[in-house]
Amino acid sequence: MNKALSQAAPSGERTRTETVIDQIAARRAAATAGGGELRIAAQHAKGKLTARERLDVLLDEGSFEEFDAFVTHRATDYGMAANKTPGDGVVTGWGTVGGRQVYVYSQDFTVLGGSLSETHARKICKVIDMAVKVGAPLIGLYDSGGARIQEGVDSLAGFAEVFRRNAEASGVIPQISVIMGPCAGGAVYSPALTDFVFMVRDTSYMFLTGPDVVKTVINETVTAEELGGAKVHTEKSSVADGAFDNDIEALEGVRRLVEFLPSSNRKPAPERPTEDDPKRIEHRLDSLIPDSPAKPYDMRELVETLADEGDFFEIQAAFAKNILTGFVRLEGRTVGVVANQPMVLAGCLDSDASRKAARFVRFCDAYDIPILTLVDVPGFLPGTAQEHDGVIKHGAKLLYAYSEATVPMVTLITRKAYGGAYCVMAPKHLGADVNYAWPTAEIAVMGAKGAVEILHRSELGDPDQIAMRTLEYEDRFANPFIAAERGFIDEVIAPHDSRRRITRAFAALRGKRSQPPWKKHDTMPL
Amino acid sequence: MFKKILIANRGEIACRVIRTAKRLGIATVAVYSDADRQALHVREADEAVRIGPAASAQSYLSIPAILEAIRQTGSDAVHPGYGFLSENAEFARMLEREGVTFIGPPVRAVEAMGDKITSKKLAAEAGVTTVPGYMGLIESPEEAARIAGGIGYPVMIKASAGGGGKGMRVAWSEAEALEGFTSSRNEARTAFGDERIFIEKFVVNPRHIEIQVLGDKHGTVLHLGERECSVQRRNQKVIEESPSPFVDAALRDAMGAQAVALAQSVGYHSAGTVEFIVDAERNFYFLEMNTRLQVEHPVTELVTGLDLVEEMIRAAAGERLRFAQADVRMNGWAIESRVYAEDPYRSFMPSVGRLTRYRPPSPGPQPGGSVLRNDTGVFEGGEISIYYDPMIAKLCAWAPDRPAAVEAMARALDGFELEGIGHNLPLLSAIMGQARFREGRLTTGYIAEEFPDGFTGVAPSAEDSCVLATVAALVAMRSEERGAAKATAWERVVQMGEGSWPVSITQDGEGGLSVDFGGWAVGIASDWRPGQSLAAFRVGGVESLVKTAASGSGWRLRWKGIDLVARVRSPRVAELAGLMPKKLPADTSKLLLCPMPGVLVEVTVQAGDAVEAGQTLATVEAMKMENVLRAERQGRVKRVAAKAGDSLALDQLILEFE
Repeated sequence: MNKALSQAAPSGERTRTETVIDQIAARRAAATAGGGELRIAAQHAKGKLTARERLDVLLDEGSFEEFDAFVTHRATDYGMAANKTPGDGVVTGWGTVGGRQVYVYSQDFTVLGGSLSETHARKICKVIDMAVKVGAPLIGLYDSGGARIQEGVDSLAGFAEVFRRNAEASGVIPQISVIMGPCAGGAVYSPALTDFVFMVRDTSYMFLTGPDVVKTVINETVTAEELGGAKVHTEKSSVADGAFDNDIEALEGVRRLVEFLPSSNRKPAPERPTEDDPKRIEHRLDSLIPDSPAKPYDMRELVETLADEGDFFEIQAAFAKNILTGFVRLEGRTVGVVANQPMVLAGCLDSDASRKAARFVRFCDAYDIPILTLVDVPGFLPGTAQEHDGVIKHGAKLLYAYSEATVPMVTLITRKAYGGAYCVMAPKHLGADVNYAWPTAEIAVMGAKGAVEILHRSELGDPDQIAMRTLEYEDRFANPFIAAERGFIDEVIAPHDSRRRITRAFAALRGKRSQPPWKKHDTMPL
Repeated sequence: MFKKILIANRGEIACRVIRTAKRLGIATVAVYSDADRQALHVREADEAVRIGPAASAQSYLSIPAILEAIRQTGSDAVHPGYGFLSENAEFARMLEREGVTFIGPPVRAVEAMGDKITSKKLAAEAGVTTVPGYMGLIESPEEAARIAGGIGYPVMIKASAGGGGKGMRVAWSEAEALEGFTSSRNEARTAFGDERIFIEKFVVNPRHIEIQVLGDKHGTVLHLGERECSVQRRNQKVIEESPSPFVDAALRDAMGAQAVALAQSVGYHSAGTVEFIVDAERNFYFLEMNTRLQVEHPVTELVTGLDLVEEMIRAAAGERLRFAQADVRMNGWAIESRVYAEDPYRSFMPSVGRLTRYRPPSPGPQPGGSVLRNDTGVFEGGEISIYYDPMIAKLCAWAPDRPAAVEAMARALDGFELEGIGHNLPLLSAIMGQARFREGRLTTGYIAEEFPDGFTGVAPSAEDSCVLATVAALVAMRSEERGAAKATAWERVVQMGEGSWPVSITQDGEGGLSVDFGGWAVGIASDWRPGQSLAAFRVGGVESLVKTAASGSGWRLRWKGIDLVARVRSPRVAELAGLMPKKLPADTSKLLLCPMPGVLVEVTVQAGDAVEAGQTLATVEAMKMENVLRAERQGRVKRVAAKAGDSLALDQLILEFE
């Protein structure tokens, strides 16, 4: 490359400025060429786009403004002085998504494997700083072999600089990471610190120690995909929030997400005009709750029916499926939804569901996104697996997240709200502003059978008596009336009218202000 | 005239009878099982009586339960609909004993025609042409093979008490006859508790054409022309029409005369249907007589202008028919499509669940002179249960002639919104679009021949693709223009399946768009708005009803049985999309693992069983909830590793596939 640059300007006939301009053009061409045709072909052969191609997909056409295209590293060990490419393996700058500004960095695997050098890290830090200054989302596209070993501790320092900035920016600007190739070792901590991580199936993986080290250290044979592929991280570890089939679908998905999000904690979420009637009546919801309390139903149908245009952008759809989290719009405004899913584990709360929902609630609260909670929860999942896994602490996270949230919160109990899980799922007592219930709601310490077995232990031998006691209990508690008498439920609403009522409730809460007491920061049960 | 009619049935036919009774000023009583507590027929009747649990045997087929409901409500007549007790002579006799009128034919006719062997003998005696065959009882496979040899192959081996294709086999050779007899007899024994079998000539490439007859209690029997029901899937009718494109006036008269003669020979009154098979030379053979109102009666009603339920009620009440044979006119053309809760993409597996969307096209006169009718027993938010017939609706279209009726039906199917369960709308649409159907070249093998590998969807023609690309362009631009980036012209590439259509899109100044495919442009206008799931799109002056739904960052479009996702991308993104690898369907695990800690209630398959995608494999109870585990795809069970009653941990193996 360098050789090519020095030959670029013919001497004699051109002015100094012209020569510089020629050199700029040549350097820019070199930066644009990245690792060169062969490496680009190899990248394509793997089913992956190049760093610049990805930005073409992510950003509005022609909106990209590049920074630091001429940056090169300063390392000299291992012959690095002769191995320089302008841009140094990462493309940075800003552009627009749906007309709104975002800051971006896109690692270029074709240049030294996308490895992170001191200067590569500096480029990333520069865009994070800019994004925080102007209040625009940050989107990082990861495709890197990791630290640039030739640079030693300079590279590690670079990582840490990026991490600190990710942490500082957290809660100020939405940060989105898309893993589009390898992301291994310390490098994983940058995406891990951001708000949303997406992966591309089959071509991306994330892990702290790779299969080779795993084999050497603990003699376990595992493939990269099994260790840290999209499936693992979206279904098991919850490190990633979603997976897509290929680079284009991933980037198009990110564009959709960005359209739901505010640019920063200083700006409201964008409004999208809609002609979907906020008063839309949906009679089918009147029959959503099955006759039998043991029969599940799909809570996703309720979410999609309430949402403008049925549009629900789900977060962590494949993880802890017993709770749904994601974004919808009501009257064009973004609302975060947390909903128990009776289809899976009867909608029970467990460690994973609690962590998933807690993280989502905190994101919404940080960016002033109102929260809609849909409740049908029979309780916490019992068992040693859960208790030993620390379900107490994980459940506390969700409790904590709701308690500290100051955004408008509307809660609708569709069926069961039992015991400790009632206390966790955004009841009035934790600070929800408007609490609705359907006529099918049952708000009680526990279900009839369990309660009767405790309350009428002496009569357990008599099935008729127990059946009668069960009916008594159901009459008393299997309805929303007691909670409504206490004012814990503001109103019992008709299922078919829910969209109108919930939309109106959020409209009424737009002026909500809440001033928590001063503290340095909380000590939430992490 | 009756004061109160009890309808001993459910679903669309109960609703259908209630409608006419109401019009005649007769009170109605519905009966229902536990599974039907919220059903439409219960809501529409004046009174409703619970008759038992979900299983038909204990409710809709329970004569004591229905007699009790009759006594309770003081009903003076019973309409049995079709199926269930409609052709049960015992039921008719019991009603007679109770002094309650059975709205149907005399018991004698029900009995005579209910038995395939007796009915064929009677038919032969009445001068009705029958298929050459052996009417006697057959004792052994060897005897069956000898008889089959005498008739000449191919032969049909049938259960005497059969129906719906059960206990039915075609044998092309002696070996097949031996095997077919045994399996038919086994099926007949389990399905009907009656193992009598008969054999007849198998007519190759037949059409199924039937004659509607109508009689009163004063000896008059008329026929109301024919219905062709050749489009069937495994002997289940799918599309019916009246008249038949194959029947001319002479054939109609001949078939009608025989049908009337047969009905008269058993003293028939009320509505009935004489089914024939017709070969390519217009020879027709008696098949059977259905002594009840037929599912597909609406097409006859649409062309004759009669209300068959009304005629049945009047005849049962002893009234004389108010018209003569010469007054019966067949006006125009009517087609019926049976909309079933069966997933055509999953080998027509019955699909149960919630109808999250049910919006049939509006019935009544349509622009252009056609008429739509939709007979149904379901509603949006209702449940299609596992207990009963998977039919959702009978959609009928009438028009002055057959091409117009086919066109009206095609459009009505495009405008039928049905979500939440698998259904056969795409198949029905596909058939409406086929040249063979449009030309009326039908046989009972139509579906098997046209879709030999099962139904895999409709591939768009070049013209269809352009229409859909234009629709996609409008949908995408109307959505995109709500964002911050305003524009009036776009360069885009529409990607559908393997194809790409580069287009230049511009606002046409009249609220529509002009879409230029590079050399030729087409205009599109529509009042479609984001979120709308069905809309009319006027593409180049031709209006089409297309269903639209956001699918990730693309658009799912459904039209004419075509079901695809269109992506509208910038030229640069479309070019890059070409670099994306084709992915094979994800390799789903060969193991069924318990998704939650719980108790295994049952495993519904055994080692060696072939399973279809969506088939129930096991039920796990957790948190007092039953969770049904289904097969993710087709396969064969290798072994079952857990048994009912086992307490399972999370991810514990339940069964393994080969």
